Amino acid sequence: MVVAANKSAVGRAPTAKAPARAAAKSPARRSDKMAAVPEFTKAEELEAYRRMLEIRRFEEKAGQLYGMGLIGGFCHLYIGQEAVVVGMQAALKQGDQVITGYRDHGHMLACGMDPKGVMAELTGRRGGYSKGKGGSMHMFSTEKGFFGGHGIVGAQVSLGTGLAFANHYRDNGSVTLAYFGDGAANQGQVYESFNMAELWKLPVVYIIENNKYAMGTAVNRASAQTDFSKRGSSFNIPGEQVDGMDVRAVKAAGERAVEFARSGKGPYILEMLTYRYRGHSMSDPAKYRSKEEVQKMRTEHDPIEQVRNRLLEKKWATEEELKAIDAELRDQMNAAADFASADPEPDPSELYTDILR
Amino acid sequence: MPTEVLMPALSPTMEKGNLAKWLKKEGDQVRSGDVIAEIETDKATMEVEAIDEGTLGKILVPEGTQDVAVNTPIAVILAEGEDASAVSAPSPQAAESAPPVAAAPLEPSPVAASAPATPAVVNSAVAVPPQPETVPEPDVPEGTEFVSQTMREALRDAMAEEMRRDGDVFVMGEEVAEYQGAYKITQGLLQEFGARRVIDTPITEHGFAGVGVGAAMAGLKPIVEFMTFNFAMQAIDQIINSAAKTLYMSGGQITCSIVFRGPNGAAARVAAQHSQDYTSWYSHIPGLKVVAPYTAADAKGLLKSAIRDPNPIIFLENEILYGHSSPVPKLDDFTVPIGKAKIARPGKDVTLVAWSIGMNYALKAAEELSKLDIEAEVIDLRTIRPMDVETIVASVKKTGRCVTVEEGWHQSGVGSEIVAQLMEKAFDYLDAPVLRVTGKDVPMPYAANLEKLALPSVQDVIDAARAVTYR
Repeated sequence: MVVAANKSAVGRAPTAKAPARAAAKSPARRSDKMAAVPEFTKAEELEAYRRMLEIRRFEEKAGQLYGMGLIGGFCHLYIGQEAVVVGMQAALKQGDQVITGYRDHGHMLACGMDPKGVMAELTGRRGGYSKGKGGSMHMFSTEKGFFGGHGIVGAQVSLGTGLAFANHYRDNGSVTLAYFGDGAANQGQVYESFNMAELWKLPVVYIIENNKYAMGTAVNRASAQTDFSKRGSSFNIPGEQVDGMDVRAVKAAGERAVEFARSGKGPYILEMLTYRYRGHSMSDPAKYRSKEEVQKMRTEHDPIEQVRNRLLEKKWATEEELKAIDAELRDQMNAAADFASADPEPDPSELYTDILR
Repeated sequence: MPTEVLMPALSPTMEKGNLAKWLKKEGDQVRSGDVIAEIETDKATMEVEAIDEGTLGKILVPEGTQDVAVNTPIAVILAEGEDASAVSAPSPQAAESAPPVAAAPLEPSPVAASAPATPAVVNSAVAVPPQPETVPEPDVPEGTEFVSQTMREALRDAMAEEMRRDGDVFVMGEEVAEYQGAYKITQGLLQEFGARRVIDTPITEHGFAGVGVGAAMAGLKPIVEFMTFNFAMQAIDQIINSAAKTLYMSGGQITCSIVFRGPNGAAARVAAQHSQDYTSWYSHIPGLKVVAPYTAADAKGLLKSAIRDPNPIIFLENEILYGHSSPVPKLDDFTVPIGKAKIARPGKDVTLVAWSIGMNYALKAAEELSKLDIEAEVIDLRTIRPMDVETIVASVKKTGRCVTVEEGWHQSGVGSEIVAQLMEKAFDYLDAPVLRVTGKDVPMPYAANLEKLALPSVQDVIDAARAVTYR
C-alpha cells in the first residue's frame, strides 16, 4: 500500500524519478535512480565555486571567533552542506522567500545577505541583522526574502507554509523554500503543514537537508522511514532524493520543484543527501560517528572540491585564478570579523525596544 | 401516563429558544424518531424528535413562540387509551426540575448547524445582570444611538467591517466557513467574503497557527479562530515562540499582525479539558497583547482595534457571554482602545476588578453589596496585557480596598499580578489586604454541583468585599 501510494505521488511529477532506497544508507553517494545531472556552463561553475566557498570561509571564520569567545551560545556551522543552498538559490526568482531552522548562516549568505551584518549578529553587536538581539539562530532580511532563522525544530515548516499561503492569497507568483533537517522531519507540525499545503495547493518547496544525524542521533535510529522523499506520499506530495553534495544536481532538482510549485500544482519535497563536517554545534565533539566517515566525505564528496576539480579539468580556470577568488573571500571574511569584533554592543536602551510595534 | 415533550437545549449554555415550527399537529400519530418540531436560537436551528410512541395529544406552545425557556413542556404525547383532556398545563416548577425525557436534540441538519452538542444544562449562576445605565460609555460620543446586540453578533460585525476595510484581513480556523462557525461567530462571512478569505482548516491547531503566523510575517492580517482556547495549547509554541518573539528577535524587522481568538475558560458541564481559563498564561508573555471583553460593545470595538493592531493579540471570548445582549453604539467605525480599563460601576467603599465573565460575579455582587450600604466600584479591565494599572490604582486610592475576580486558578493568576501591583503602587492607601476570588484549585469537575463549587460565586465576591471592608 505504502509503496503504491508513493509511486502515484512521485508519478505526478513529470520529471521526478523514483527515489533510491540505497541512497539513504549512504547519503552522499549518487544513486543510479536519481535524475541525470546536467552539466554547468563555465560561468555557472565559477559562480557556484565562489558562492559555496564564501559560505565555507565565513563558517570557518565564525568557528574561529567562537573559539576566541567572541561568539556565544549556540552556533551551528553549515560546513559540508554548501551545495544545497547555493544550488537551490540559483533556482529562485526575485520575490521568492526562504525560511529555515537554526543552522542558517549558509542560507543567509546564499540569499545575498551581507557577511558583515551576519557576523556582527553572531557576536551580538548593534550592526547585526537583528541589532544583536537575535544571535546565530534568529536573523531576517525581508529585503533579501529571508524569513529566519528559527530555533524551535520544525516550526519553520508551518511558518514557511504560511509564507506560501500569503503568496497564494496574493496570487503573486512567488514560491517559498522551507528548509528543515532529518531531525525536524519527525515533528508533527511538518505533516500538519504538508496536509494543508497540498489541500490548498500552496507554492512551497520543502527541502529536507538529510545530513545523516539529528544532533547525535543517526537517521536510522530515529526514523522508521529513512527515505525522506517519501514523507509526503500519504498527502500526494511528490518527492525526490537529490545528491546534495553536487551543486548541479541540486540546481536541476530545485528548478523542477520550484517550477512545479510556481505553476500552481502545489508543494514538492526535495530530500538533499548531504553531510555536515563539524559537530551539531560548537560544543559537540561528534563522538557518534567515526573520523574515517567524516574524512571519506571530505575527500570523496566535498561539494567545493567537486566544482574546483571540474574547473581545472576543463581548463575553465587555473589554480592561480581559483586561489585569487579564495584570497578575495578570505579578505572579505576577515573584514566581516573585524567589523563584528569592533562594532559596539547594542545600546542598553535597546533592551526595551521591538517588543511591540 | 401522558409524556411531556420539553423544550430541549441546543448547547450547554442555551437558556431559551424559539419554537419555529410544528411538523405534526394535534391528533397525529407519532413514533419514536419522528421529527415533530423545529426550534431555533440565534446560532442554530434543530429538529425535535419524539422518543415515545403515541398520539400528539396537545401542543402547549404554539409555533412562532419566542424565548421559550429550556425544559418548558411544549407538547404532550398520549399513550393508547389516554385522553388529552386529562392534561393540564404543567406548573413552571415542574418544568424547571424535570429532565427532558421525551425529546432529544438531533444532530444538526445540513442547512442548520448547531454548536457542538452536549447535554442540556442551564447554568443559572451566570445570568447576566442588567447593564448599569448610570455609567456613560467612555468610548462613545454623547448622543450616540445604541442597538441591542449579542456578543456573538458584535464579534461577527467587527470581523465583517474590518474585512470590508482591508483586503489583507482574512479568517481561518476549524468550521469557520461552511459550518458558519462552531459557535456561529463567523456566521455569514463565507457568503460575503468567499472561500479565499474565510478558510476552513483541518483539525490541526499547531499547524494552522504556524501557517497564520507565517502569513502575518509576510504582511497579511490573519484572524485565527480556535474553536476554544483549550485546543490552542497545541499551538502555543507558535503563538509564543514565533508570533510574540519574532519582532524582538529580528531587531524590529518582522512584524506579526495577527489575532488569535475564540472562547476561553469554562462553558458549562464540559469538564476539565474543555474548561480552562488561559488568561494568565498569555498575560505572562512580552510581545503579546491580551484582551478579554465583557460587553458586546467592548467585544466589537476591541476586536476591530485588535485586527488593526500591528502586534499579535490574544482575544479571549467566553462562550456563556456569546448569547447575551447589551447595547452597542450605532457608529460607522466604533473602536475601543486596547489597554484601557473602564469603570463599569462607580463606588467609594471597595474596588472590584474583573474582566470577561468575571464581571458577571462582580456586578451582581455590587448590587447585593449596595443593599448592605457597601458601594463597590467595579472596574472592567477589558485588556489584561498591557494592564491599565493606573485605573486600578486610582480607584484603590479612593476606596482603600480591593477584591479581584476571575474564573482562573489563583496561583500566578491575573489577580496575583494585580495584588503585586497594588502592593508596589498603592501600599500606603490600602486599609485591608487585597483578596482574590478565583476558581478553586482543582481541574474542572463534570458533575453539576461540583462544577458550581469549582467556579467562583457571587457570594464569594460578597464575602470577600465584606471581609476587606470589615462589615
